[in-house]
Amino acid sequence: MRSKNPLRFIYATPYAAWLLLFVLAPIAVIVYYSFFDLSGHLTLANYRNFFTSIYFKLTISSFWYAFLITFFALLISYPTAYFLTKTRHKQLWLLLIIIPSWINLLLKTYAFIGLMGVYGPINALLEAVGIGSQQILFTDFSFVFVSVYIFIPFMILPIFNSLDKINPTLLDASKDLGANAWVTFKRVIWPMTTDGVKSGIQVVFIPALSLFMITRLIAGNKVITLGTAIEQQFLVTQNWGMGSTIAVFLIIFMFLIMVLTSGKKGGIIK
Amino acid sequence: MKGLMSSAFVILLVSGILLFANYQLEHKAGRAGKDTITVYNWGEYIDPDLLKQFEEKEGIKVIYETFDSNEGMMGKIEQGGTAYDVTVPSEYAVQMMKEKNLLLPLDFSKIPNVQHIDPYFMNLPFDPNNQYSIPYFWGTVGIAYNASLLEGQTFESWESLWDASLRQKLILVDSAREVIGISLNSLGYSLNSTSLQELKEATDKLETMGPNVKAVIGDEVTQLMINNEASVALTWSGQAADMISENDDINYIVPNEGSNLWFDNIVIPKTSTNVEGAYKFINFMLDPEVAAQNAEYVGYSTPNKAALSFMDDEITGDERFYPDEEARKNLEVYENLGLETLGVYNELFLKFKMGLR
Repeated sequence: MRSKNPLRFIYATPYAAWLLLFVLAPIAVIVYYSFFDLSGHLTLANYRNFFTSIYFKLTISSFWYAFLITFFALLISYPTAYFLTKTRHKQLWLLLIIIPSWINLLLKTYAFIGLMGVYGPINALLEAVGIGSQQILFTDFSFVFVSVYIFIPFMILPIFNSLDKINPTLLDASKDLGANAWVTFKRVIWPMTTDGVKSGIQVVFIPALSLFMITRLIAGNKVITLGTAIEQQFLVTQNWGMGSTIAVFLIIFMFLIMVLTSGKKGGIIK
Repeated sequence: MKGLMSSAFVILLVSGILLFANYQLEHKAGRAGKDTITVYNWGEYIDPDLLKQFEEKEGIKVIYETFDSNEGMMGKIEQGGTAYDVTVPSEYAVQMMKEKNLLLPLDFSKIPNVQHIDPYFMNLPFDPNNQYSIPYFWGTVGIAYNASLLEGQTFESWESLWDASLRQKLILVDSAREVIGISLNSLGYSLNSTSLQELKEATDKLETMGPNVKAVIGDEVTQLMINNEASVALTWSGQAADMISENDDINYIVPNEGSNLWFDNIVIPKTSTNVEGAYKFINFMLDPEVAAQNAEYVGYSTPNKAALSFMDDEITGDERFYPDEEARKNLEVYENLGLETLGVYNELFLKFKMGLR
């Protein structure tokens, strides 16, 4: 195809350079390293090791926790986003939800250590209402809870945007044509927001697969994700080959999720 | 559109000003200049007041950076980039760095204060004749416990960590060799075991400890113990000293079966661009009075014999942190087991952590 604008080539240069330097080149380096063993010999052993050793089990448990985190984040975010679109000052309310995500992740995590501690306010509350003090920190519950809290803004934003874009006359039309609230939601609202839900799932599920600081600080390493394994291979064991291999699988999984959740675009509002 | 352009302009302007200010600051600090040295040390491992004293005395500016694992530190030294002049690896890391040619041999004529180091801590197997390193601090691995939260357990044996009364109470350190070491010690094996059979036996035994484990974490443990949030922790002696100084109910013990004796050592890495400055810094840190002040601040045990007389008797007489030679007989120094075996330890440890509920 002939370019209509000769300048188009120049416009594309920064993007192409970015893609090459910061996306393709690093992936190529990771793939390259994954074929080497500790003594620098070319080998496929890392890949065999991935399927035979604990890493496969680790992958499954990572997926399970990422699924739980995404599920609960969605469960909370969808109604919240819906509610937000109905409020009077929706941009202000949205901002209030987004602001916490500007605070450093590590700081928020440390705050939760205090909140969830044996003598923290949550346990004080439980004590006051007569349930009694519980071990909250260092459980898989606390891990999922904190992760969901951290990811919620990222889930709400795309859903809010797609809900906000819905033309209200469509809802009126649905009502006029005799649909009750549930049918309107199922047949009109939901289909028009699936794109938002899908991108929400992408931005939550993929990072959730490789969360690692929270696994130590909040879950006390009782939950281990692929991120933890990669960190350990690079920093402790210094087996860059194996670390790269796990990273390659993580990239493949992410790619698969992208493909699964992107699907066909289009529909009524396009 | 106009609003967008002007806000973009403001952002650019602010960034430009900050960049300029930063350049000015760094220039003033004389980063990477002739009269600076870059010290790369563990977190909370020096009395910051001493850095100031050194700067005033020698007129050399110290850029101070910290790390939290030997491996992370070695990685940065190996990659180059920053001109670190002094760093502090543990004994097995000294061995690894030596093998990778990352260290400069030391010229003792430039470090006269080395005479103050206890000969007991010199010429150790990981660095014969101290060709590359001088001990900075030493310590043990043991159990810190809060008697007020327990029912009279005293932990004379590693076996007591398996006791059912500790269910969901024990905090372990997130480090493979220390944790598997508990099991190796309790079975009477060497902490430097490379036998797969022994390691398997040790991790099988370790797995039965699972129900007692509350968490596997890093330095956060100090705060948890101080706040009475946790009652028993596997920890290093200096960390235990920090806990004890803040909370009187805490005690520290090295179980009878033996444990790990470790050394962190001052070295000059190959990245050094100001070797003379590095020597001056090392010599300064080995001065008995300086070493005494540093040891009192940091809480670990100093190998500087002359420094002991400047320190509080209460500290130096404490058998928990300054065990006599008799008590040190059961302690074993880590050897560099090679990356292959290190990988085995870590994979077994990862498996153990995955089994925790």
